Amino acid sequence: MVDLLVFLFQFLDRRLGSLPVLPEHWSWHGSTGALGGGVKERPRPGPRSEAEVAGSGLPTSPQRLDLGRWLNPDVMAPGIVGLLFLGLWEVAVRLTGVPPYLLPGPVLVARTLVKEWGSLFPSLLVTLQVTVVAFLLAAISGLLLAVLFSQSKWIERSLFPYAVVLQTTPIVSIAPLIIIWLRNNTFAAMVVCAWIVAFFPILSNTTLGLNSVDHNLLNLFQLYKANRWQTLIYLRLPSALPYFLGGLRISGGLSLIGAVVAEFVAGSGGERAGIAYQILISSFNLQVPRMFAALVLLTGLGILIFVALSALSDKILGHWHESVVRREN
Amino acid sequence: MPAPMILLNHVSKVYANGTVALQDMSLAIPEGQFVSLVGPSGCGKSTVLRLIAGLGQLTSGSIEWGGHCQQNLPSRPVEPKLAFVFQEPALLPWATVMENVRLPLKLAGEPREKAEPKVLQALRQVGLQGFEHSFPRELSGGMRMRVSIARALVTQPQVLLMDEPFGALDEITRSKLNSELLELWQEQRWTVVFVTHNIYEAVYLSNRVVVMAARPGRVVADIPIDAPYPRSEDFRTSPLYNDYCREVAARLREAMGNTPQEPYLPPLSVGRLR
Repeated sequence: MVDLLVFLFQFLDRRLGSLPVLPEHWSWHGSTGALGGGVKERPRPGPRSEAEVAGSGLPTSPQRLDLGRWLNPDVMAPGIVGLLFLGLWEVAVRLTGVPPYLLPGPVLVARTLVKEWGSLFPSLLVTLQVTVVAFLLAAISGLLLAVLFSQSKWIERSLFPYAVVLQTTPIVSIAPLIIIWLRNNTFAAMVVCAWIVAFFPILSNTTLGLNSVDHNLLNLFQLYKANRWQTLIYLRLPSALPYFLGGLRISGGLSLIGAVVAEFVAGSGGERAGIAYQILISSFNLQVPRMFAALVLLTGLGILIFVALSALSDKILGHWHESVVRREN
Repeated sequence: MPAPMILLNHVSKVYANGTVALQDMSLAIPEGQFVSLVGPSGCGKSTVLRLIAGLGQLTSGSIEWGGHCQQNLPSRPVEPKLAFVFQEPALLPWATVMENVRLPLKLAGEPREKAEPKVLQALRQVGLQGFEHSFPRELSGGMRMRVSIARALVTQPQVLLMDEPFGALDEITRSKLNSELLELWQEQRWTVVFVTHNIYEAVYLSNRVVVMAARPGRVVADIPIDAPYPRSEDFRTSPLYNDYCREVAARLREAMGNTPQEPYLPPLSVGRLR
C-alpha cells in the first residue's frame, strides 16, 4: 500500500517538473499530467510541502529525516486526495471558463488569501477569541454541572431536560434575542451564543462518564468506606476523563460554529469584525474569491482546534485508555 | 470454644425482583479457617460473600462478628478488617501498580510515607517487585490478579473474602496462584471465605468445603477436608485428594439433581498438566 503511494507520488513529482505550464488543449486523457500542472501552480509554502517533496524521491534533501513521518499512509492518502481534488477543480474552472465571481479556482483563492491576509487574519483572531472564551466557559460549566448531576439524581432529573431544551433550540433563532439583550457588549453576546452550542456535548458526555464507573470498583470504594469526595476524585472523575475529553473534541468545533453564527446574526463590523463578518461583506460585494479565502482560514482554524484537542486527549489518556493504546493484534 | 469469627444466623436475601438468592443460611466460620463455597451458578455463593462484606442488606437473619451481633444495619461498623478480591482484578486503569495497591490506605487517609513500605511489602508477598510503576494494561491476567490480591493484603486484613478470584485465569496460572495463596495463608492465617465453582481448587485450598445449591440458594453439604498443611503438589495427585474431590462432586451432583450416571466429574485436570 505504502509502496503504491510512494510510486504515485514520485510519478506526480516527475510530471510536475516536466509540465511547467498548463496547455490550453489539455484533455481528460492526460489528466495525470494536468494534475501535475495544477499541483505545480499551487503555492506550496510551509515545511509540510517541503517534506512531501523530500519524501517523494529526493534522497539528497536535508529533510530526509522527516521522510518516515510524511510517508505515513495517514498523511499521504488524504494528502493525495486533496491534491487531486484541487487539481481537478483548477482544471475544471479553467476549461469551463466559469467566472471567478461564481467559482474561483484554488490558485486564485490562494492569491486572494495572500493579498487579503492583512484584513482577514485579524478578523480570524477576533473569532478565535470568542471561540476560545466560549469553549473554556463551556468546558468548565459542563464539567461542574455534570459533577453536580452525579452527586444528586434529583438535581439531574430536574435540570437535565432544560439543558436538552437549550441544546435543541436552534442557535440561529435565539441569537438575535441574545444580541438584543447584550447590545452594549457584542463580545459577551457572541460568547453566550457560542457557549450555548458548545456546552451540551461536554455536559452530556461527562455525565455519562461519571455514571459509567466500573461496578466492582464502586463496590471496592464502598468496602473501604470511601466518602463521597474520595469516590468522586479518585474514581468518578478519572473514569469520566475519556468521556470529558471526547466532549471537548466535539465542543471545540461547535464553539467555532457558534461564534460564526453569532457573528452572522450580529453583522457588526468595525475593528472588532470577526471572520464571519468578512465573509458576509465579501458576499455583498460579490468578492467570491475573498469569501473562499476567509472560508479557507475558518476551516483551517477548525481543523487546528480539532487536532489540538485530539493531541491533548491522546497525551492525557496515552498510557491507559483503550482508545489510545496501540494493540499488537 | 471461642466464638466463631463469622457467624451467619438464618440469613436470607431476596432481591427486589423476587429472586430468592439465599434462604435461611447458617454458617459458623472459626478464626483462621480457609472455607470454600462451591456450587452451581445462581446458588448464592457470591451473594453470601457480598453480604459478609456489607455490600447489600440482609432480608432477614443476622451476621455476627466474633460474637458481636450486627443486625440489618445499612452500613455496619465491621469488627475485623475485611478485604475483598473480586473475580475481575478491578484495578484503576489510570493508576500504576503502586497506586492501585496503595488505594485502600489512601482511602483510609494514611500518608504516603507511611503507606509506601506496606505497599512494597504486599507487592513482595505476591511476587510483583519490580512492577511498581507498570500500568495494569501492561500486565498479564495472572499478574493483574496478583495486584488485586496485593491490594487486599496491604491493609493486613483479618478476613479475606475472595469471589472466584482465579476463575478467569488459565489452568497453569491458576494452580500456581493457588499454591502461592496457600503459602501466604499459612504465614498470615487470615480467615478466608473463598467462592469458586472449581472443585479441585476448593479441595486443594480449604479446611472445609461448603456445597451450595440453587433456587433457592442454600447449603446442602459441609465437608471438612482433613489433610495436613503444607499441601505440596504431591497432595494434588494423592488418593486422599481424589476421594475428597469425588465426594464434593457427588454432593454437588445431588444438589443439582443430576442422575448419578451422568458424568459430572471430568478427568483430573491437574493430572493432565503433568
